[in-house]
This record gives sequence, structure tokens and C-alpha cells, in this order.
Amino acid sequence: MSILTVLELIPLLGVAGLFVIPKGSTNLVKQFAIFISAIDLVISILMVVRFKRGISAMQFVESRNWISNFGIKYAVGIDGIALVLILMTTVLVPIVLLAGWNESENGRWSPRVYYALILTLETMMVGVFAATDVFLFYVIFEAMLIPVYFLIGGYGRGERAAAAMKFLLYSLLGGLLMLAAVIGTYVIATNQIGSTFDVKALSTLHIDSATENMLFLGFFVAFAIKAPLWPLHTWLPTAAKSATPATSVLLLGVLDKVGTYGMIRFCITLFPHAAHTFTPAIIVLSLISILYGAFLAIGQRDINGLIAFTSISHFGFITLGIFAMTSQGLTGASLYMVNHGFSTAALFLVAGWMASRRGSTKIEDFGGLQRVTPVMAWAFFLAGMSALALPGLSSFVSEFLVLVGTFTRYPLAAILGTTGIVLAALYVLLTVQRSLHGPTTPGNESLTDLNLREKIAIAPVIAILIIFGFFPKPITDVLNPASHEVMTHAGFVDPLPKAGK
Amino acid sequence: MLTAPHLTYSLLAPILIVLGGALIGVLVEAVIKKGSRAAIQTTIALGTLFLAFVYLLKVHTQTSRTAAVASVAIDGVGIFIQGTILILSFIAVLYIADTDNFAAQASAVPGSDEERVAIQAGKQQTEVFPLTLFAVSGMLLFPIATDLITLFVALEVLSLPLYLMAGLSRRRRLLSQEAALKYFLLGAFSSAFFLFGAAFLYGYSGSITLDGIATAISTNTSNDVFLLIGIAFLSVGLLFKIGAVPFHSWTPDVYQGAPTPITGFMAACTKIAAMGATLRIFYVGFGPAQWQWKPIILTIAILTMVVGGVAAIAQRDVKRMLAFSSIAHAGFLLAAVLALNGDGLKGALFYLATYGFTTLGAFGVITLVRDSSGEVSDLNRWVGLGKKSPLAASVFTLFLLSFAGIPLTSGFIAKFSLFTGAYETGNTVVVVVGVLTSAITAFFYLRVVVMLFFSDPKNSSVSVVIPSIMTRTAIAICAIVTIVLGVAPSLLLNTAQSFATFIR
Repeated sequence: MSILTVLELIPLLGVAGLFVIPKGSTNLVKQFAIFISAIDLVISILMVVRFKRGISAMQFVESRNWISNFGIKYAVGIDGIALVLILMTTVLVPIVLLAGWNESENGRWSPRVYYALILTLETMMVGVFAATDVFLFYVIFEAMLIPVYFLIGGYGRGERAAAAMKFLLYSLLGGLLMLAAVIGTYVIATNQIGSTFDVKALSTLHIDSATENMLFLGFFVAFAIKAPLWPLHTWLPTAAKSATPATSVLLLGVLDKVGTYGMIRFCITLFPHAAHTFTPAIIVLSLISILYGAFLAIGQRDINGLIAFTSISHFGFITLGIFAMTSQGLTGASLYMVNHGFSTAALFLVAGWMASRRGSTKIEDFGGLQRVTPVMAWAFFLAGMSALALPGLSSFVSEFLVLVGTFTRYPLAAILGTTGIVLAALYVLLTVQRSLHGPTTPGNESLTDLNLREKIAIAPVIAILIIFGFFPKPITDVLNPASHEVMTHAGFVDPLPKAGK
Repeated sequence: MLTAPHLTYSLLAPILIVLGGALIGVLVEAVIKKGSRAAIQTTIALGTLFLAFVYLLKVHTQTSRTAAVASVAIDGVGIFIQGTILILSFIAVLYIADTDNFAAQASAVPGSDEERVAIQAGKQQTEVFPLTLFAVSGMLLFPIATDLITLFVALEVLSLPLYLMAGLSRRRRLLSQEAALKYFLLGAFSSAFFLFGAAFLYGYSGSITLDGIATAISTNTSNDVFLLIGIAFLSVGLLFKIGAVPFHSWTPDVYQGAPTPITGFMAACTKIAAMGATLRIFYVGFGPAQWQWKPIILTIAILTMVVGGVAAIAQRDVKRMLAFSSIAHAGFLLAAVLALNGDGLKGALFYLATYGFTTLGAFGVITLVRDSSGEVSDLNRWVGLGKKSPLAASVFTLFLLSFAGIPLTSGFIAKFSLFTGAYETGNTVVVVVGVLTSAITAFFYLRVVVMLFFSDPKNSSVSVVIPSIMTRTAIAICAIVTIVLGVAPSLLLNTAQSFATFIR
């Protein structure tokens, strides 16, 4: 059994365990859930240790027949890109559970259900990044909507039912288009190489270009909804405003990465020619996302809305990096996914603490927090700096790599993308100024600073942001062979730097 | 001297057993005292269906493949569909056994003294059991019949009891009787169309067997008018039974008016039997003329999916909503008719079986949601049910998710295998419309989930009654099948694949 399967099974066993715990012992439920996610974290670290660097092939491979009739397999395996995303997942889950200690108590159902949903989601998040069978990927891709749906609808705030519904319908629509494309790819495979859903085998198909374009679009639209790309992003702000901080972190930090990850793993790998055809259009959409997200972020008055729109801007950068079709851009984009995961986590968690203390999510209701709650203010400040990609914080490295990778092929796009950085400075600094500095807004004088549990939860996130800002090499070393392999396989050669300039 | 035709009774045994059980049921109704009838009838019905299923397993291994002078074909598809119908009607009888749903005395005028006396005396007529068995026998014959006369006889045998059963509801009897009358009138009309089409097909081919018609289509190059008229009219009769647009208008009224266990039985078993016959007629009989009828069936499939999906959004009654959802599902199933290949057939068989379980399960849960005056099917009064009875609401959600085709439920694999078959023969349009309609249908299924779980109860009079042991078993079986076939579909897919053959 592959270590990946172990990673998937442990949270599921944890779910079973949760329902054995006697009624009424809420604290035990919480501790048990955190304990389970911590075990998963330890195992994933073991996996990283055993991961062979410098190899582009899939590792920890496991393949078993699942639905033999269609050649569907339970097949898992990871390369560097999947590795870092899985590690990000297993790090974030215990952190959000610890950070959102009390989140489960205002829900429609008991805390037990909340933790069961989160742990189920963890299984699926690991599985979706590990899957090397397109059908398995699709199944998890769709099935993971259900726990998120209940997390938003059952434990969220405000118009939570409507937000959950909007999220689910948007995602389902994309998913169903992808289903049509999955079926199409499968039928072509059946005619050419026999029934299989194996990504590697499928990437050898010869598909006529009109069909390939349609299939590409089927996959791409689903992923563009997931990793919200303008104009398919409208579900995200409502979901982010209604979800609890922990759910938001998992939704934007991990689930949305499935979209960008899918673009790399499926869109580019399976349909390289179509990817080539659509690259200009996708780059334009990415640029619009970068600028649109940034402009709307400036205008946001709700702090969760602000984070949602900054994320749309950042997802623009990630997509830009992927479709620049250079291995540098791809490494940058993959790194960006991880960094965005942690920086969003920091933002959402601290914003969630601020909001729960103040009883409001409006930016104007904060102010002067630096004096009242210095630790919380510093944490928010650092998270904000990471969002604007300040040099020395990890996001800077990835943003830089994306822009450099893009510039070698699409200079104009890179230049336009750079303006997104300027706008990022604007929306982050404005928010920091309004919420942390200046005179203390009436009503904020008696806010309490972070308690020990919250400090423990946020410390590793901040540490990761800083450490990988100065020393990104461990991650890029893992990513480089994988992104090189993806680009080579798709038939893209990195443009040579123009010498003498 | 005339020799009697050889009927191969052993191959017809399952049908004959069910008919025999039905006749015994009629006798019981006549001679046994009222108090003990229900229990005896339930036992007979369940026993009969079980015995028929055991015999079907025997038939499955026999070599002779046609029976009754080649007017029925005992082939893979036929046996699979017969088996599915037997199992599903077994489950339906478990619901029907809760006789509280049925009129005490069906012949009494609604609201009359006679009815009141019958209810007060606790007289419970149990004619619904033999009627069910008669309907089942027709359903068993319909999908294996290979000539137009046998098809028509089977169609009538399965329909006539259903017309009566639709009118047996104990509560809201006027609505129920109205439904029965509508169903009867429209059904009779569609049977006439069927017969009319059969006459034209005979006129065209000089044969009443499906095989003969296929041969005539392949050899005859002139005068397609009779053929087209024949196909068109015969299809009207079939499409009516499976509830395809524009022959669907009876569905919501009948689903709503009929007693819920009967609605479940009709929605599952009738649809399967009719779809089985449709598949046989189009695959075996009309196959060579596919270029003539494919555009029409394609249009009808698309219309059926879209109208079913869109109209369901506007429904406020859960039974009507499921009626329109069943229309949309009929549209999906027509994709298998268009596929005309083994994979499409396999997909259709799997789809029919899983859809049957999910449908029966969903209607089973509906029978449990009641207030003081009986079942509550108004969706607005279901609001917040998840708080009062999480288990029932969760199980119902499971069935809805399966209808919507969410992965890890049987509905997803069913849709996948069906659409794969259709895509293989180039029916891209129907696949794309199918997945888009799935998104529409997901909307109204999920809206119910929102009502159940995400809203607070407004009305305290509605509650979920504690189900009888039989109902509980039935719902549990349906739920387990829905999950198991979602996670490990190979269990049934392999069977469906090996059974997906027609003989001519």
C-alpha cells in the first residue's frame, strides 16, 4: 500500500473514530480530530523525506482495479508539484482546526459533524492531488463539493445557505462539462489504446484538433471555475464571506488549487496542442483577473471580501505562470500555489479572529489595533505583506518567478502583470492603515490579543512565509524536475535568454 | 389434425408463477376473513415474487432461448430486466404492505357514508396485492415479447391494474381518482396509437415479429411511408409509458394523486419494463431504419431532458417534482436508444436498475413524512425536517444526490456509463445536453437539501413517523444499494455487461 493511500485512509478512520466518542464530550472530539490531522501531518513529512529529488517520474505509485469494466483504476502517485500541494494540505488542516477551535459551536449541527466533514475533506484533498487516474480525479473533484457545501451551509455566517448553493451549482456545472470531456477522452482512448483513464497513457493519444479543442475547453472551464478566473469567479466572494475562517482557508487555500493543479496535470498534459491554441486567450483572461481582482479588492469594505478578491488577482498570476509555457513560469506558479495557500491562511485566520472579537467584518470597524492587540496586528501585517509579495516573504519569490517565466515568452503580459503588484501594494497598505494604525476606533479599546492557542496556530504559518521567503530552494528543487517534465512532455521548449542585452 | 404449439413452459415459469400468485390472491380476497387478509396477501405476494426470481435464475442457465413459438425471447437483456423488476417489485410490496395508505373500500364514493362505515369498521380491502402481481406479470412479459401482438397484450396486462391502483389512495381520494381516470383515458389513447402503429408495420412488412420487420426494412427499398407511420405511432405508445415529452403530461398528476407506494412502484417498475421493451423494439426491430428515426428520437430525448429539468424547478410538491425528475431521467435513458451499441445497452441496464432502487427509496421516505391528516408532500412543509429527523432527511438527501448524479452514488456511474455508450456512436449532442440538464436537475434536488437542512422548521405539525419494519427494510436496502453501487459498481456492471445482448 502506498503511503499516499495511508494519508487518505487515516482521516477516514478518524471520522469513524469521531462517532465512537460519547455524546457531550465536545473537547474530546476536537482534540481527537486535531490528533488525527497531526498524525497525517507526520506521515506526510515522512513521505517528503522519502521522496526522491531530481526525478520527474511519479513516485509512491499504487494501482488497483476499481471498475474493471471501464478500465478505471484506483491509481495514485505524485511528482514534485503534487507533493508540495499535499504537504500544504496536511500542514493547513491541523492549523485551521486549532485556529478555529470554537467555530464548530455556532453551527446548525454538532461539532462532531463539523470535524467529520473537515476530516472527510482532508481525505479527498489528498486524494485529488494524488490521483493519476482521470476518473478517480473526477470522482474526488466532484465529491469534495459535498463536504464543503455542508461546511458553508451548516456552519457559516450570514446568507450561508445561498452562498453554499451558489458555490455548489457553479462547481457542478463546471464539473459536468468536464464529465463530458472525460467521456470524450475515454471513448477516443478506447478506440486507440483500449479502455484506460491513466493520465500517462491518455497523454499519448492522437486527437484531431477540433475535438481536442472541445475536450480541452471541457476541462479548462471546470478548472477555471474552481480556481476562479474572471469571468467565472462570482461564486467566490459570496462563499468567502459566508464560510467560517477555517472553511475559507481550505476552500481558497487548497480546494481552489485543485483547479490550477488540474490545468497543469490535465489541460496541458493531455491536450498540449489545444493548450497552445488557447494560450493567448487564457493569458488575457489571467491579466484581466489580476487587474480586476486587484481593483475590486481596493474597493472592498468587507475584510473577507477583500481577501477573496486578492485571491482572484493571485489566481490570475498562477494561471499566467502556468500558461506562459515555460518551466520557470510553471515552477513559479506551483510555488505560488503553496505560498498563496499559506498567506491566505494567515489572512483568513487573523481576519477571523479580528472579526470574532469585534463582531464585525467591516474594515472600517477596525482601526488602531496595533496599540490594542499588537500580536494580532503584527500577524495581520505580515500576512498582508506576504499578500503584496514583499521581498523576503515567500510570495515574492513565486511572483518573481512567474513574471520572469512569462517575460521570456510574453513580455507585454509580464509588464501588464507587474502593475498587479503595484495595485496589491495599494489594497494591502490601505487595509493595513485603516485597520491597524491610526486612532483607535471607538469600541475597539477593550479587544483582547491572541491567546496561546491562536498564537500556536498562526506561528507556523508566519514561520513558513518567512523561511521560504529567504530560502525557497528546498521547494523549487522539488518542483523543477516536475515542471520541466510537464513542459517537455507538452512539447514546449523554454525560450533562450536573449544574450547581450 | 392440429398440433398444439410448443410453449416451453419452463422458460415462461417466472411469468406463470406471478400470474398464479395473483390468482391465489384473488381467491384469498374472496374466501379469507377480512382481519387476516393483509398478512396473508403480503406473504403470498412476497413469496410469489421470490419464487419467480428463483425460477428466473434457473431459466438463465437454460439453452433454449425463444419460447411460445418465438413470440418471446429469453435473452440477456430480457432476463436482466425481468430480474430487476422482480427485485424492485418485491421492495415495492414491502411498502404496499403498509395498507394504511390505501382506501378501505375502493368502490365507496369519496366522502360517502359507505366509506365512513368501512373505515370505522376497520374493513381493509387488500385487492391491491393481486393487482400488483397482475401488473408485474405484464411487466415481465413486455420486455421479452418479440412480436407486436404479444407486446400489445403485455402492455395492456401491465397497464390495466395500474389504472386501478392509481385510484386507491385512502387520503385525498378525489385527487387520486382523478389521477386514475386521467391515466386510464390517456393510457387507453396511447394503447390505441400503439395498436395503430402495429397495424401499419404489419402492412409494411407482412410480419408481426420484430425480426421480420427488421428483415423487411433491410430488403425493402421502396414505400417507406407505412414504415414511418408505423414507427411513429408505435413509438407514441412506448414514449407515453416511459413518460417522454410531449407524451408526459399525465406523469405529474398521476404521480401526485396515486398512493405513494404505488407511485414508487410505477416510477420504478413500469419505467423499467417500458424501457426494456423500447430498447428491444428499437435495437432489434427498427435498427436497420435508424437513419429515419434517429433525428426524431434525438429531438424527443433533448426535449424530454430539458422540459423535465426545467419544469421540475417550479414544483412545490415533492411528488410532482420527482415526477418531472423522472421525465428528465426518461430523456437520459433515450440516449441509450440512440446509442444502438452494446455499451449503450449496458449503460441502460445499469441505469434502470440503480434508478429503480433510488426511486423506490425516495418514495419510501415520502410515505413517512406525515401530519395528522396523512402524508405531506408539500415541499414548503418539509422545511427544517433535517432538524427533526436527521436520519430520514439524510437518507432522502442520499437519494437526491444519486438522482443528481453526484459521484460516489450509483446515479453517477449510471449516468457515466449511459453517456459513454451514447458518445461512442457519435451522439455528442445528446451527451452535452445531458450533462447540462444534469446541472439544471441538480439545482432543484439541492434546493430540497437546502430546505431540509439549512432552514429552521416553520411548521411543527409535520413529522416523520416511525416506519414499520418492512418499510424500514425496504428503504435500507435502497440506500445501501445506492451507496454500494456508487462505490463498487463493478458488482452490477459486470453482470449488466454480460447480459447486454439481444437475440433475434
